[in-house]
Amino acid sequence: MQIYLPIAEISVNAFLLLGLGGIVGILSGMFGVGGGFLMTPLLFFIGIPPAVAVATEANQIVASSFSGVLAHFKRKTVDLRMGTVLLIGGLVGAALGVVVFNYLKAQGQVDLLVKLCYVIFLGVIGGLMFIESLNAIRKTSKGTVPKRKKHNWIHGLPFKMRFRVSGLYISVIPPIIVGVLVGILAAIMGVGGGFIMVPAMIYLLGMPTKVVVGTSLFQIIFVTAFTTMLHATTNFTVDIVLAVLLLVGGVFGAQIGTRIGVKMKAEQLRILLAIMVLTVCGKLAFDLLVMPSDIFSIAAGGH
Amino acid sequence: MLRYIIAFIMLALPAVAEEVVLGLSKDEVAITTSFDGSDVLIFGAVKREAPIPDGDPLEVIITVSGPSESVTVRRKEKRFGIWVNIDAVEIDEAPSFYAVATSAPLRDVLNDVEDLRYKISVPRAIRSVGAPMAVQDAAAFTQAIIRIRTKSDAYQLLENGVSVDAQTLFQTSIQLPAALTEGEYKTRIFLTRSGKVISDYETSIDVRKIGLERWLFTMSRESSLLYGLMSLAIAIAAGWGASAIFRVFRL
Repeated sequence: MQIYLPIAEISVNAFLLLGLGGIVGILSGMFGVGGGFLMTPLLFFIGIPPAVAVATEANQIVASSFSGVLAHFKRKTVDLRMGTVLLIGGLVGAALGVVVFNYLKAQGQVDLLVKLCYVIFLGVIGGLMFIESLNAIRKTSKGTVPKRKKHNWIHGLPFKMRFRVSGLYISVIPPIIVGVLVGILAAIMGVGGGFIMVPAMIYLLGMPTKVVVGTSLFQIIFVTAFTTMLHATTNFTVDIVLAVLLLVGGVFGAQIGTRIGVKMKAEQLRILLAIMVLTVCGKLAFDLLVMPSDIFSIAAGGH
Repeated sequence: MLRYIIAFIMLALPAVAEEVVLGLSKDEVAITTSFDGSDVLIFGAVKREAPIPDGDPLEVIITVSGPSESVTVRRKEKRFGIWVNIDAVEIDEAPSFYAVATSAPLRDVLNDVEDLRYKISVPRAIRSVGAPMAVQDAAAFTQAIIRIRTKSDAYQLLENGVSVDAQTLFQTSIQLPAALTEGEYKTRIFLTRSGKVISDYETSIDVRKIGLERWLFTMSRESSLLYGLMSLAIAIAAGWGASAIFRVFRL
């Protein structure tokens, strides 16, 4: 069934979009990532103009994250206090990120920088997570209990706060810095930033994996809602028909994904996320290194 | 005196011995939610006061062009091992859609001088004022836009796509693709003999979004804040709805 999208101005297959939304939704619920880093390239691939894809994707992430976070609220796996601290950092970061993005745009080459950002971050994060969770799996199969959180420099910082759900008593400075950095990257790369935040929460802040997913989703809702409004009012690039098709699949996917995620071991969850991140990274790196099928490309508008 | 009047009339109506009378299967294309491309049948007849002249037969060229816009064409080159956009050429005016249908190979029905004057063939329909000094081969960029858009059926050259009957009746069918931009689609008909244009006629096909498409598009432009809030509301409602459904059925 073909549907004409009013803002994107192209005609696409409705079932294809529902399916894509569903698959990305499952991943989103399982790992606490918005799924933007998967969906945005997929939308480019089926011919949606990049500006529309990025803006509409933000709206879809709001829906799937909201669906996912409700499921996590029920299981009490959302650290609201930590989420709020991260959100404050995130909004500051997003505002900074927009400034950086516009600066890069003026210099040209913004596409390349976004792609390089993706390759570097996905590569490093995916690689580290893969190695770490592989080690963890090996240790548990040998029978030794994994040690939780040793004391490090983070515990020496001031402004300590108790995060009961996460079982942490740490300074608010590291979560705010993580929030700001994720916000900047999210604005530049046009994603929610879950795939950066989830590992940062696990490895930098030492939060338990189960809590991380819900808390990350909670924070993503607000950052992407902010981004959606920004795109809708300044660029007019949010395609509501496209968003509805994607999010119908997405919200159901997120519910299923959350249930799968709860049944899995933390290490398994992490290693799967690592593999997925590395796959996307590999694909993007491949595109940069191999000669494109057409070295010419058309962009709307003059300078 | 009478002689002058006749001479004046002769001058005022130079050689319009053959004229176009045109019909369109539709002069409006409505983009609805289920829009998936559209065929437009263009047909007409040649009206003439005198018998058909001797010599080369009458040929017909029909063009349909969508709204023009300026675009930037970029070319990648390998730098430090990765493919990077290096050169860029701005094309001042490129139609978003362009189709040329002819009754015989274009080269046979139209000479270069007439093509340049009426801007009929695909390369002539694209206007590029000048490339930056750094770019030596600006023509490659124009060729690239034609190649890319021909591949997606946005640019079509339909040689022998017009059928002509007894040098009088002609018809063709132009297929508008699913990815269509709104606007006036200028439709031109040229009658040619021995490569020279002897008569031309212009009309337009109106391509418009209607119904839901129209409403959403207008809203996104004119009350964007409300549109953004509506998008978010739908997202939140859908997210909550799915969660509620799963909770009710205890999945």
